[in-house]
Amino acid sequence: MKKRYLGLAVYFVILFIPIYWMVVTSLKTDQEILSEFTLIPSEVTFENYAEIFSSEVWRSSFVNSLMYVLLNVLITVAVAVPGAYAFSRWTFRGSHHLFFWLLTNRMAPAAAFIVPFIEVYSALGLFDTHLGVALAHCLFNIPLAIWILEGFMSGIPREIDETAYIDGYSFPRFFGKIFLPLIGPGIGVAAFFCFTFSWVELILAKSLTVTNAKPVVVTLTVGIGAEGVRWGLLAAAGVLTVIPGAIAVFFIRKYMAKGFALGRV
Amino acid sequence: MKPHPWLFLLPALAIMAMSAFIPLMTVVNYSLHYIFVGSEPEYVGLANYVEVLQDPAFRGALLRQIVFSLLVLAVEIPFGIAIALAMPRKGWGSGVALVLLGIPLLIPYNVVGIIWRLFTQTGIGVVPRALALIGYNYNVSLHQFDAVITVFLIDVWHWTPLVALLAYAGLQSIPDAFYRAAQIDGASAVATFRYVTLPKLRPVLILAVLLRLMDSFKIYSEPLLLTGGGPGNATTSLSLFVARKAESFELGYAGAASVIYLYIVILLSFIFFQAMTRAGEVRR
Repeated sequence: MKKRYLGLAVYFVILFIPIYWMVVTSLKTDQEILSEFTLIPSEVTFENYAEIFSSEVWRSSFVNSLMYVLLNVLITVAVAVPGAYAFSRWTFRGSHHLFFWLLTNRMAPAAAFIVPFIEVYSALGLFDTHLGVALAHCLFNIPLAIWILEGFMSGIPREIDETAYIDGYSFPRFFGKIFLPLIGPGIGVAAFFCFTFSWVELILAKSLTVTNAKPVVVTLTVGIGAEGVRWGLLAAAGVLTVIPGAIAVFFIRKYMAKGFALGRV
Repeated sequence: MKPHPWLFLLPALAIMAMSAFIPLMTVVNYSLHYIFVGSEPEYVGLANYVEVLQDPAFRGALLRQIVFSLLVLAVEIPFGIAIALAMPRKGWGSGVALVLLGIPLLIPYNVVGIIWRLFTQTGIGVVPRALALIGYNYNVSLHQFDAVITVFLIDVWHWTPLVALLAYAGLQSIPDAFYRAAQIDGASAVATFRYVTLPKLRPVLILAVLLRLMDSFKIYSEPLLLTGGGPGNATTSLSLFVARKAESFELGYAGAASVIYLYIVILLSFIFFQAMTRAGEVRR
């Protein structure tokens, strides 16, 4: 019993060493990063963070990322809930094929879609907009959300639907009052995964934006190409990009625990 | 009574048309043409496909990719299950472990790239200095082996927590009664794992294997940020290879390569799915 937890503790330490290194680097001066090797900064500085917060480019790119990620989660959940309901409650002509087709989109390499996305979305006026990136990310998030939600919904007996009708519930009332609360944890888990995958995605976000919707992940990459890499600054920005996700996990942890307890992910 | 299923699917399908179907059809269209900048595309049938399949560079990237993904699965799946088994089942420890596992998953790909560059860069990183102590000259931008193994470790570091989370979810759903029954029958720990835990975990493991297969097959940012796909072509993943072709506007070639790429992933996923489903049926 104890040995088991010791092993787990060692794993978590190893898991967090690279993250620790990033945090520490973000608190060092550029000079210390390049000239010395220190596990703890000899002189803690918040200059890197100050520089990011005072920079319009960094600030707006953080806002851009949050905008399209939230938009993506909203769109995905809104269309995936009814979609998953259809798959969990009916077996209709071609339903298995359609389900599999949806999943194949989760497999599609985003790199292959760069040029068509730019071409099609430019024609539709979606290029370099938050909505454009949010829609593009639906490519992998809708299949995933339907997959997860279908699992949750299949775990809810059909008798509940039938009973509600016999009790005189109309479909919308049944769906809103009874069904949605039942799959709340499932929606939480699906939203969490969509948030994650949209937040970390780089290829499409990079190719579909120039300035208006430029996300923070791209601003970071630009920093790398510049002459004389500013490691401290990059590390600080890296730390900041992890925070929204950590907050998201914190808020939905109860839902996640419930979702995981149901064994439906 | 209940409305028709297609009504429920319509919104999802409408969005998927925008984000999946139209772009995919555009790629297919490219793949059937020779495209030069400034002139009309010329229909060439399957010529691009023949060119791609005969190209040693594409074959090399594909082979590296398959080996990479299989290695990723071979390490991450057992390792993830082991972590899930070691996690506390209830109480505050379970919540803490879940959040800790969730954090690496939330780090954007390129921040992962940055973390590992900070970590492995000659001159500033921990790894080269630590390995120098035991006399190993570690350098990702010069030694192919170092670069490949580092990209592999990045993936294991980043994504094993996902497998662990999924396996943990699966473990939580196994009723205690099964374990009690096994105990009464006098089953050993190994036998309990083999005949109770593993079969019950199967649905969740199928999901984990498929997700990791699909995503490791798409690996892009990590090698790009670590070494730009080098040294040589050692870490040029299939995604990186195809994206380069698209960026240099070889659209016909890139289109054909993309379609082949997509169908290989689908085929591999299908094989894994069938094999794992079958394994469950035979056991029953």
